[in-house]
Amino acid sequence: METPRHMRALMPDVERLASLRAAKDLMDHSYSEELDLDAIAGEAGYSRFHFVRSFRDTYGRTPRAYLSERRIERARELLRTANLTVTEICLLVGFSSLGSFSARFKENVGVSPSEYREREIARGGPPPIPGCFVLMWSTPTPQLRRSPRRQDGPIVDRTNSRRGEP
Amino acid sequence: MITGLSHTTVWVLDQNSAKNFYTEKLGFDVRDDTVMTNEYMPGTSGFRWLTVGPKRQPDLRMLLAEPKPPMVDDESAKAIRALVAKGAFGAGVLDTDDCRKTYEELRKKGVQFLQEPADRPYGVEAVFRDDSGNWFSLTERKGR
Repeated sequence: METPRHMRALMPDVERLASLRAAKDLMDHSYSEELDLDAIAGEAGYSRFHFVRSFRDTYGRTPRAYLSERRIERARELLRTANLTVTEICLLVGFSSLGSFSARFKENVGVSPSEYREREIARGGPPPIPGCFVLMWSTPTPQLRRSPRRQDGPIVDRTNSRRGEP
Repeated sequence: MITGLSHTTVWVLDQNSAKNFYTEKLGFDVRDDTVMTNEYMPGTSGFRWLTVGPKRQPDLRMLLAEPKPPMVDDESAKAIRALVAKGAFGAGVLDTDDCRKTYEELRKKGVQFLQEPADRPYGVEAVFRDDSGNWFSLTERKGR
């Protein structure tokens, strides 16, 4: 259906936003995999340079920051609910080194992963909010636990890579 | 006493595309698809009332509405379209009696999932987006 002329000027750039959303969805879906900036920008059909700027303008942070926050957020969920070691969780959510994981976790959350886990266990179970709402309406957002097949492939944290500087 | 929810609004970017998605991909029924006229309600000429719902819940109408006058003014429409396209809106939780099976069916039809089915304390849950960018939870609740 043809858009009326008076509406056209008011239409946001819907296609552009939908492309950026595809890149964000890729990070939300595949954060545990090796994801470099080329792959993420490619999902949106952007060159790296224009992608970083457009993504930041739309979502208020760089793709690199978004992916890193997503991984930290996933780690928080696993620390609260999963019977896994901190190192296992670090690798599961896409970091390749425990050092960078711990540093970023502390930077984001304010305490170390093990301190966080102890605190949450002392507090009791999770609040009774359906996981999807926590997933979609908090940023970064808790998600469902990854399926085990994610562990098969290489899990590389590129969030510290200078080459993939988002 | 309030006895239930009968209508709810989902903002969509294109009603024709949404109608196809909700019927052909999700398997919903079309409940209404009619265009208002000024004779019926002044000022609403051209407004398309399009509602759909799950086959097994005949008393629910989800209004698939394009953000534009007369529902909202032009400026609001612009803002809503941007938010829909960005993926900011969640449109609800859909029940299923078999989340993993339904996930496979929908995925084969090309529905984009953000989350594959996973066990949660309350059941099995997956998350997908509609053709506009709204997300839905698809949940098989425990004990139902």
